[in-house]
Amino acid sequence: MTATAENPWMAEFLSRGGPMVEFENVSIGFEGNPVLRDISFQVALGETRILLGPAGGGKSVLMKLVNGLLMPDRGRIRVFGRWLNEMNEDEIFQMRAHIGMVFQESALFDSINVEDNVAYRLEEDHVPPQEIHERVLEVLRFVDLEEAIEKFPAELSGGMRRRVSIARAIIGRPELLLYDSPTGGLDPITSSTIIELVVKQRDVSGATCLLITHRLQDAFTLATHRFNLRENRMEPIPNHRVDPGTRFLVLNEGRVVFDGTTLELTHTEDPWLREFIQ
Amino acid sequence: MRIFSPEAYAKSVVASVQEYSLLCARAVANIFSRPRYMADIYAQMDSIGAGSLPIVVLTGFFTGCVLALQSAVNLKVFGAVNMTGELVTLAMIKELGPVLTGLMISGRNTSGMASELGSMNVTEQLDAMRALGTDPIRKLVTPRLVATVVMVFFLTIISDACGVGGGAFVAVYMLKLNAAQFFHTGYMSLEHGDIVEGLVKPVFSGFIIATIGCYYGLRTTGGTRGVGQATTQAVVSSSVLIILVDFLVTQLMIGIFGR
Repeated sequence: MTATAENPWMAEFLSRGGPMVEFENVSIGFEGNPVLRDISFQVALGETRILLGPAGGGKSVLMKLVNGLLMPDRGRIRVFGRWLNEMNEDEIFQMRAHIGMVFQESALFDSINVEDNVAYRLEEDHVPPQEIHERVLEVLRFVDLEEAIEKFPAELSGGMRRRVSIARAIIGRPELLLYDSPTGGLDPITSSTIIELVVKQRDVSGATCLLITHRLQDAFTLATHRFNLRENRMEPIPNHRVDPGTRFLVLNEGRVVFDGTTLELTHTEDPWLREFIQ
Repeated sequence: MRIFSPEAYAKSVVASVQEYSLLCARAVANIFSRPRYMADIYAQMDSIGAGSLPIVVLTGFFTGCVLALQSAVNLKVFGAVNMTGELVTLAMIKELGPVLTGLMISGRNTSGMASELGSMNVTEQLDAMRALGTDPIRKLVTPRLVATVVMVFFLTIISDACGVGGGAFVAVYMLKLNAAQFFHTGYMSLEHGDIVEGLVKPVFSGFIIATIGCYYGLRTTGGTRGVGQATTQAVVSSSVLIILVDFLVTQLMIGIFGR
C-alpha cells in the first residue's frame, strides 16, 4: 500500500492541485549568522526545481526546511498544502512518508546492510517481509545495484552509496523527492550515471523533485534530456527543446537571485548570474 | 578576539538544561506509547548487560577483597576483626556496589552511546532517520534508557554478591576468619532500608548513564573531533552526576530509614 492511499488528506491535495512546496518570506540563521534571508518561491506539482548557487549559500539548509528537519526563524513553509508551523511532530513524521530524500553524503546507516537500509521505511511501516524483499529488489534493479544487496555501506564506492541512497528514497513511492547534491564529490562518469537515474526516476514516476547541484552540466542535462524507457537510456529532447517542467532557483548569500525557467536563466542579463553560469 | 559574555554563557547553560530535561521527558514518555522498539531494547540489554558483566564481576570481587583487607587491619587495633563481614557487606550493598557498578558501566557505555549517536549525527544518519519517518529519540534513546536502567539494577546485585564473595575469600584464606561468622555477621547487620538504598541507587545511575550518553551524542557537532569531545564530556558528566546523585539519595534514605 502506498503512503498516499493511507492518508486521505494527501489524496485530496493531489486531486485539488496547487503548489507542492511554498516558501513565504523564510529566514533562518545559526548562532547569530543569517543563512537564508526572506526566501519566497513555489514548486508546482510534477516540477523539477534545480537549486544552484555558490557553496555556503544555504541550499542544503533550504532542503532540510522543506522536510521539516529544520524550522525557520521567520516566515512559513507549506508542503502538500499544509503549513509546517501548524503541524505537530507526529503530523510532520506522517508528512515525511510522502517525501524521499537523498543526502549529500548518502547518510546510509553504516551498521546495517544495503537491503536493510533500503527496506528501512517499509520495515517501520510493518510491511510483510516477502513484499519488502520484492520491493527492495525492484528498486535496487532500478538503480542497477541488485548484486550489492548483501553488502554493507563501507564496502560500497561513493557512486554506489549514492545509488543505494536513491533506492532508499524512492522505495516508499514518494510524491516529492529531495536530492541534496547527489553528484557531489563524484567523478564525471559516475555523476552522469546518477543524473541519468534522476532523469529516469523523474520520467517514470512523474514525482516532483528539488535537486541541489554544483555542476551546471548536470543541471542542463536534466533540463535538456528525457528517459527512453524502450531503449532504457537517457536521450536529448528532440529539436533542442528543453523540459518545460524544469525550473531553476539560484541562491547567493542566502537570497534568491533567480527564479525561472531554463531559457530565462540562459538568457539572463544579470552580470553576476551570467558570470556564475559561464 | 571574542569577548566572554556572562549573559550568553548563562543562556547556554539554561538552554542545555532545558534540552536535557526535554530529552529525558520525551524518552520516558515514549515508553508509554507505540511504536516500541523491543528488538532494540533486547539488543541494548545484551550489549550493556552481558557486555559489562566481566568488568562488573571483577570490580565487585576485588573491591570486596580490598575492603576486607583494609578494614581487618584497622579493626584489629580495636580487637574487632570478627566484624569484617558486617563492614564489607554493609559497605558493598549500601554504597560501593551501586556506585562502582554505576561508574564502571558509565565508563564503558556512556562513551559508547555518545560516540555511536555522535557519529550518526555528524554523518547525517540521524537526519536520514527523521527523514524516513522515525523519531531518533524513540528508536535510539528510549531503548537505551530502558535497557540501561534494567541492566544496571541487576548488575549491581551481581556486583554486591561478588564483593561480599571477594571479602569472604580474603577473610577466610588470608585473615583466617570463620566463613560462617563472616556471612552471619554480614547478613545480620543488614536491614530493610539498606537493601532498598542499594537497589534505588542503580535505577538513578542507569537513568543518568543512558540519558547523558545519548544527550551528548545527539548534540554532537564538528566531525570526528566533535565525537571525541562529546564522548569525553559524556563520561565526565555522567560520572560526576552518579556520585552527586548517590550523595543525594543517601541523604534521602537516611531521612527515610534513619540509617
